[in-house]
Amino acid sequence: MKKIRTTINGELITTTVEARLNLVDFLRNDQGLTGSHVGCEHGVCGACTVLYDGNPVRGCLVLAAQADGAEITTVEGAAESGRLDRLHSAFLKHNALQCGFCTPGMLLTALSLVESGKPCSRDDIRHHIAGNYCRCTGYQAIVDAIDEVVNTQ
Amino acid sequence: MKLPDIDYTCPTSRADALAILSDTSRDIRVLAGGQSLLAALNFRLGEPDLLVDINRIEDLQGIAVVGDCVQIGAMTRHAQLADSDVIAQHLPLLSRAIQEVAHPAIRHRGTFGGSVALADPAAELPACLLACNGRIVIAGANSERTVNADDYFLGLYETALQPGELIVRIDIPSHGNSRHRFAFDEFARRHGDFASAGIAATWQDDGTVSDARIALFGLSDRPVRASTAESLLNGRPLGATSIAAAADMVTEAIAVYADATASEAMKRHLARVLLKRALSKCLAQ
Repeated sequence: MKKIRTTINGELITTTVEARLNLVDFLRNDQGLTGSHVGCEHGVCGACTVLYDGNPVRGCLVLAAQADGAEITTVEGAAESGRLDRLHSAFLKHNALQCGFCTPGMLLTALSLVESGKPCSRDDIRHHIAGNYCRCTGYQAIVDAIDEVVNTQ
Repeated sequence: MKLPDIDYTCPTSRADALAILSDTSRDIRVLAGGQSLLAALNFRLGEPDLLVDINRIEDLQGIAVVGDCVQIGAMTRHAQLADSDVIAQHLPLLSRAIQEVAHPAIRHRGTFGGSVALADPAAELPACLLACNGRIVIAGANSERTVNADDYFLGLYETALQPGELIVRIDIPSHGNSRHRFAFDEFARRHGDFASAGIAATWQDDGTVSDARIALFGLSDRPVRASTAESLLNGRPLGATSIAAAADMVTEAIAVYADATASEAMKRHLARVLLKRALSKCLAQ
């Protein structure tokens, strides 16, 4: 067991975790934050994306023990703080989701692009979200939604 | 699946990490960025006793120019390479290649040293290291040694790195002056996937080509140099004729292995097309 102090969605938490526990399972099962989804468990699908010190990472390819000293933001935290408001509205407006399984990872990955403040083309947006799989939408509506937010700020 | 039951330790100094690694009676793995290792462990493609996390060792970080050499700490992350003005200026091949390495979330964790330690035959950075004539600085419990990229990649996931050793730094000669040229291209079925075939090349051009180094990835059991093609470029001006000759011979004497994405014949074809395309693009500039 490994003792960790980590900030999750702004709240400092001290707890112990098994060495083998990955970050997304820790968030879902120990912290009750079920917004991050578990898809492929080997870093391909992007459903488990969370922000680690502000940057998107795969929750299945980081150990919970490695969150010691880090700031973790999940889709719940980003939503409650209002950072996702414009992306939420745009996803709703453009029907950028169907089943919703990929949506939390998609939103956090898009958020890192929005908050980078870099101007970007639709190609840039597609490259940025290329590591997040959506099996419902065909991506078009997701790109439309992110494009609207990124290019109207 | 989930990781097997393992121990985990997170030393904060290089000396502590090397002391732990010196116990070669246990199956110990170094955890760098973890973007391949943790995926493999999730698949149970290994069941080590202990993970030694080197993410908190500060002197494995950072990019510095010392003389005409760029020194890159082993734990430099792909995203840091991509954002680095020093890399863009001195090693433009790396800046170009990094765009093809997986996706943003992977690039925020994955490290240069980790990629070189794993030596995936289809990975971009080991091939770039070979094309740039880099050196791998390896620390052991009591000593440090430097291995040239030409002598480092030995076989499928097999390198000169010995048990108990740790890659601490990668040194690459600066390719920052106007005579230095580079070419890079790869074919992958989806952006960010490991390449079915790829080429990374550097050379000097002062009217004629010299010091050509062409590294192929995704073709053989390791990144390999296309020495026949290199000799066809060296000593003459870069032009349509020399490019065609080099491209035709790019996989000469190289063992090429099929994988799930492409047959051997397709890989040889892709290497020809990619080299010709990448070098021809340099002519147009």
